[in-house]
Amino acid sequence: MERSSPAVLLSVLFFGIAMLYLPILVLIGYSFNASPLVNVWGGFSTAWYGQLLHNRQLLQAALLSLEVALTASTGAVLLGTLAAIALVRFARFRGRLLLTGMVNAPLVMPEIITGITQLLLFVSMMQLFSWPHRGFTTIVLSHITFCTAYVTITVQSRLQGADRSLEEAAMDLGASPARAFLEVTLPIISPAIISSWLLCFTLSLDDLVISSFVAGPGASTLPMVIYSKVKLGVSPDINALASLIVCAVGVCIIAAGYLMARADRRRAQETQLAGR
Amino acid sequence: MKSTWRPGRWLIILPPLIFLTVFFLIPFAFAFKISFAEAAPHVPPFTDVFSFTPDHHLRLAVSLGNYRYLITDEVYGVAYLYSLRTAFFSTLICLALGYPMAYAIARSPKSAQGLLLLVIMLPFWTSFLLRVYALEGIIRDNGFLNTVLLHLGVISHPLRIMRTSLAVYIGIVYSYLPFMVLPLFATLEKLDPLLLEAAADLGSTPRRAFVDITLPLSLPGVIAGSMLVFIPAVGEFVIPSLLGGPNNLMIGRVLWDEFFGNHDWPVASAVAIGFLLLLAGPIAIYQYYNVRQLEA
Repeated sequence: MERSSPAVLLSVLFFGIAMLYLPILVLIGYSFNASPLVNVWGGFSTAWYGQLLHNRQLLQAALLSLEVALTASTGAVLLGTLAAIALVRFARFRGRLLLTGMVNAPLVMPEIITGITQLLLFVSMMQLFSWPHRGFTTIVLSHITFCTAYVTITVQSRLQGADRSLEEAAMDLGASPARAFLEVTLPIISPAIISSWLLCFTLSLDDLVISSFVAGPGASTLPMVIYSKVKLGVSPDINALASLIVCAVGVCIIAAGYLMARADRRRAQETQLAGR
Repeated sequence: MKSTWRPGRWLIILPPLIFLTVFFLIPFAFAFKISFAEAAPHVPPFTDVFSFTPDHHLRLAVSLGNYRYLITDEVYGVAYLYSLRTAFFSTLICLALGYPMAYAIARSPKSAQGLLLLVIMLPFWTSFLLRVYALEGIIRDNGFLNTVLLHLGVISHPLRIMRTSLAVYIGIVYSYLPFMVLPLFATLEKLDPLLLEAAADLGSTPRRAFVDITLPLSLPGVIAGSMLVFIPAVGEFVIPSLLGGPNNLMIGRVLWDEFFGNHDWPVASAVAIGFLLLLAGPIAIYQYYNVRQLEA
């Protein structure tokens, strides 16, 4: 569909986009306010950023969150890619419907339900097998569960678009199915794998509700610390922290998007050349 | 292709299947079981539903008290209804705002589409919690919106938005709008412009063509987007907790308080099971459309 849009449509579009971005921009503005009062502009200052470095509780929580996010997104990418391959390549197997359901349901399941049910599982497992202790392990396990769904959906659509004849050609030339998959199809779906890893990383880094249930009394992730601080009222150092996180994530995503678009273009060109 | 026994297949299928069964499906069974237990002052804080008597007989101690409590105590009914109503109207607002946005993106030149989609998606990648917190900076009594409006002389007293239902609506629409725009865009993009031209050639007005062609063809996107907003919004906790007032009791917040405030795990489990039953219909609709779209 390529036709010019009426002004009404465009203005709604820009209103929507402005609504999505205004709060974040204002937040970044506040983070440079020297005055701790929100409605008074006390001049430009980076003091709140400096204070972050001395907040041990925040730093510890940030470290835990990063460790969790790295482990969980890697685990989710492995499981999710396997699930995507199973769903796209194997038309019929026992448990297919179950797998499809379990891959899609976490996307819409309210976090609070997932959180409470998983906690009850972990507590019951602890009674039966004395494992897992609540903390890092349980947070990672629950994050892998909801992240896997996002990986599967992303990789699945990419895999469906991948041309199978290339893989078949590799097998005709003597490659084993596994080798054909690894050398031909894996590079084609790798942008989807990378982008879903990034998505899982940010989702895990951001999760408050599920982590709060499964973390247990000892461990606090960054969102849990932020939530408890924000609940008490406005704190200027959280403005600074939030601005840092938002900018870091934004830069990473834009860079990743750019790199993937470039890789895609190059591949399209190569296919065109090969077709000639 | 004839399906034969190939062990390699199961090496691919089984890890995700087992993991998700253990950590996604089985937890519901435990929640179901514990919803029939009673709160008890030990660790973990509930009684055993199944236990063995000293002479190795299985003993079943089922208590329906939690469900009775759920039905008789007004708080839960009110919270369920309030959550459903809030999620329903937020979904409508998202649809009203998201449809024109998706339509405008679908009709813009291909070169601009990628950028516009990235702009819509970017907030989805940034922290949900931090975005809700950022929204507070806009709508609180001495926030950005009131400061600007007072300065311009539009209002003489600050608008009271924080801790009201309106704040919860704004929060949900703000947070979930991208989930509405993306599936709508996906269906609108596939729409063949020749159909609209044909309708115009046959004398149909643009409005008529929209109602007769565009709208029905984009229905799967409307349903997918609505479910992606509605279902999580019913269970929303962060938004009513940070932006809403004490009257904006959504079920997620009740569940949270029951769990962390009262430490009543069995009642919390019963609330969760009741809540899940409430959502079974919408989740089934979502799954049905999703599977159909993926298989297509």
